[in-house]
Amino acid sequence: MDKVVTIEEAIARHVRDGMTIAMGTGLESCIPFAAGHEIVRQGRRDLTLVGPVSDILFDQLIGAGCVARVIAAWVGNVGAGIAYSFRRAVEDGVPRPLAVEDHSNFTLALALEAAARGVPYLPSRTALGSDLVRGHPRLREVTCPFTGARLLAVAALRPDVTVLHVQRCDREGNAHLWGNLGVSLEAARAAGTVILTCEELVDDDVIRSDPNRTLIPGFLVGAVAVVPAGSHPSPTQGYVNRDDRFYDEYHEETRSRDGFLRWLDRLVLGTRDHQEYLARIGEDRIRRLRPREPRPAAPVSYGV
Amino acid sequence: MGDETGGATRRQIMVVAAAREIRDGEIVFVGMRLPLLGFALARALHAPRVIGLFENGVIRDAPPTGPLVTMGDPPNIAGALACTTLSDVMAYLQRGRVDVGFLGGAQVDRFGNLNTTWVEEAGRRTRLPGSGGAADIASLARRTVIVMPHERRRFPERVAYLTSPGYGTGRRWREEVGLIGGGPARVITSLGVLGFDRESGEMVLEQVHPGVAPDEVRAHTGWDLRVAPALGTTPEPTAEELAVLRRFDPEGAWTG
Repeated sequence: MDKVVTIEEAIARHVRDGMTIAMGTGLESCIPFAAGHEIVRQGRRDLTLVGPVSDILFDQLIGAGCVARVIAAWVGNVGAGIAYSFRRAVEDGVPRPLAVEDHSNFTLALALEAAARGVPYLPSRTALGSDLVRGHPRLREVTCPFTGARLLAVAALRPDVTVLHVQRCDREGNAHLWGNLGVSLEAARAAGTVILTCEELVDDDVIRSDPNRTLIPGFLVGAVAVVPAGSHPSPTQGYVNRDDRFYDEYHEETRSRDGFLRWLDRLVLGTRDHQEYLARIGEDRIRRLRPREPRPAAPVSYGV
Repeated sequence: MGDETGGATRRQIMVVAAAREIRDGEIVFVGMRLPLLGFALARALHAPRVIGLFENGVIRDAPPTGPLVTMGDPPNIAGALACTTLSDVMAYLQRGRVDVGFLGGAQVDRFGNLNTTWVEEAGRRTRLPGSGGAADIASLARRTVIVMPHERRRFPERVAYLTSPGYGTGRRWREEVGLIGGGPARVITSLGVLGFDRESGEMVLEQVHPGVAPDEVRAHTGWDLRVAPALGTTPEPTAEELAVLRRFDPEGAWTG
């Protein structure tokens, strides 16, 4: 089945008010900024966002008023530290109050993995005795039925939609990913459906040439949108490097609420789509983020 | 931070002290900034067989060749030994395969507990980024090394929120709550190097950096800090250590 649509269509069709959406699952790379911006443009509300590192994409969605709750291990600006819209929402309820379900990276990964494996929880030995566990809706200390050891049970977390930015996939959503994977695989397997944005749409033959690299099988995927540099300002290995300056500029410009609203108008609400966003960033600037020399992997043989 | 003491900056002294905590052949959970430089320095000098794990799923046996802001930057992936999932590297940690993990935080207390979740100053609560992988490293690594600037507000007697466990309320606490990792071994600050008392689990000043008096450290600590009877001075970085550091941080962005 051909699942290729525009990113506007993918968001319109699959992301509805009140849903739980996992994004930024690669941690600091392959963050689906273009998809997040489209969620802002379409004015979604009351979302629960899930991601281990809730980088400035979450900050933008929070500042835009789309978010009721964040489930994350770390929320901020990985380049510069504090994320101001997140802080304004948590501390002052601006533009609306924000609930936060705090996790460690491992407990968030296990919550998604439990859902991915179809079990109500998974046990672990992390975070015991920490304040993270106290009164937490999804973390509970339990006794091992076999050894009597004290363990932390992490309850399953099932996103309605997981959005991934990937290097390449075919029209059915069979996707090749490389580089660090973070919690992307668990998040995709746990979700009700997956939206892929990709750097390149490739023939089915390319996917079948290296099946070990097909980390997301197409049957999990609901929509595919071709969005080159869709992770900007975060990197996508082999396609676009990190725009470090962008994170610093965002940090400075969004210190005040007014500054944030001006930023949002200029780059998100005031742009029609990702192409216009990239044009506003500047073609030269994007070109300079492209890898200077290719570094291909040695081919492998699947000969019979 | 950054002021000169002899030939080296305080941050250079901190990185060198961090590197000296890594033994050859160890598996290290590496953080960004100073711990990453410590890993690079140890690998170049006394620990050529060290392996570094990054929580995003990257495994390396040598530092990246280009500068990094985050562990997901392309130079950290290119030339890595392996790239996998977060869950996989956390499993190595939980399985007891990680010898030492590096941590930082907004606050560390008398028993080495870390807070990166929220602080309260002048009645106003400030929300901080949260655990990330820190609670996991603190819970599960065989030992941890904490690296942070030494300021009174960062060294309270008891953290406002316990994000990442040290020795809780005392040495036996970890066993009581079910933690399997060994807990903090060292705290490397801008003023000195601290360890933990074997009996009580309380932080003890073991070394002061060159030019720092023990009273200065105590004045910047929020409780009555114990000083080891055999208090030493942190050895100055050698010319070789400084040369390697400059190679990895040529502009002094992290150690200037």
